[in-house]
Amino acid sequence: MAAPGSAPPSGRVVFTRRGVLRGARKSLPLLIGMLPFGLVIGVLSAAKGLSFAETMAMSGFVFAGAAQLVVLELWDDPAPILAVTVATLVVNIRMAPMGAALAPWLDRLRGWKLWGTLATLVDHSFALAIAEQRAGGRDAGFLLGVGLCIWAGWVVTVAAGHLGGGMVRVPPGHPLFFAAIAAFLSILVPLWRGVRVDLLPWVVAGLVALAAHRAALPVPLPLLLGTFAGAGLGAWIELRGSGIAPVRGGRHG
Amino acid sequence: MADGQMLRPDVLLAILGMAIVTYASRAGGYALLRVVRQPRWLQAALRHLPGCLFVAYVAPPLLAGGLPSWVGALAVVGVQIASRNMGAAIITGIAVTWAVRLAAG
Repeated sequence: MAAPGSAPPSGRVVFTRRGVLRGARKSLPLLIGMLPFGLVIGVLSAAKGLSFAETMAMSGFVFAGAAQLVVLELWDDPAPILAVTVATLVVNIRMAPMGAALAPWLDRLRGWKLWGTLATLVDHSFALAIAEQRAGGRDAGFLLGVGLCIWAGWVVTVAAGHLGGGMVRVPPGHPLFFAAIAAFLSILVPLWRGVRVDLLPWVVAGLVALAAHRAALPVPLPLLLGTFAGAGLGAWIELRGSGIAPVRGGRHG
Repeated sequence: MADGQMLRPDVLLAILGMAIVTYASRAGGYALLRVVRQPRWLQAALRHLPGCLFVAYVAPPLLAGGLPSWVGALAVVGVQIASRNMGAAIITGIAVTWAVRLAAG
């Protein structure tokens, strides 16, 4: 039996075209949040001397905005292959626990449905899928639908930024950049499970991230430290109070 | 000006390296989980991961954004709770942030 809050889907997990379409539809509003970011990456890629084809290859195959931004900051000619590979790993390692957290759905998938869906995994698709899971959703196609739609939006906005070049001028600090923060804030709302479960871990996650940011720790560290501090505290509280009723996730065995 | 169709070998190798480590990050955590049995504390921590991740994401830029961002953030959360419409929440948030910034001069 599922403990409160763990909410693994109780029925059989499926993977349908309808689920994929539903995910794609749900992700459309998030494209607004991505637009300024994609444009900036496109403009920056052009400014750093990447051709249109190279910019499209990077955005299509890597598909990771934060990593692309960091890499473009240290870009050079010839390309610093080792440096950008290491930087990308450091920024993207945050996605490793996401797949693990999606196990209740992924465990029922095989072949391309599993490994292909994982190729499209991004922060947004992870968050929407977790919210869908907690609402009782059992269609793992949802995750792929969100991922594909975000991927298409990413490639198109980066292309627009590269082609627009100097025409699109979005100065740093422009209110449009609030779009990315707004997208993540709106994602947080359906993830909230109540004061008792989430308040302390969320506050600690935010405070630790802020402290690490203030201490000028390099890029993914404030994010990782905040996340692990909050999630660790949440787990500790849960297990401490679960001496009688063991907390179980969606995995059996 | 770079030729639009140009794909230089050094750039391709860099992209290949980036793509490989990114896919390893996306699939690696789950792949590891399939072969290693997860302890209970890890299952519990993974349930707390999503919320904490996004709070840690937004906290530093939100604080740095000052009053316009804070008012905008309240607007996003309020509209999201009331309407459950992400598009409306995001657009309202941008509009409110913009308005407060203009009003503050």
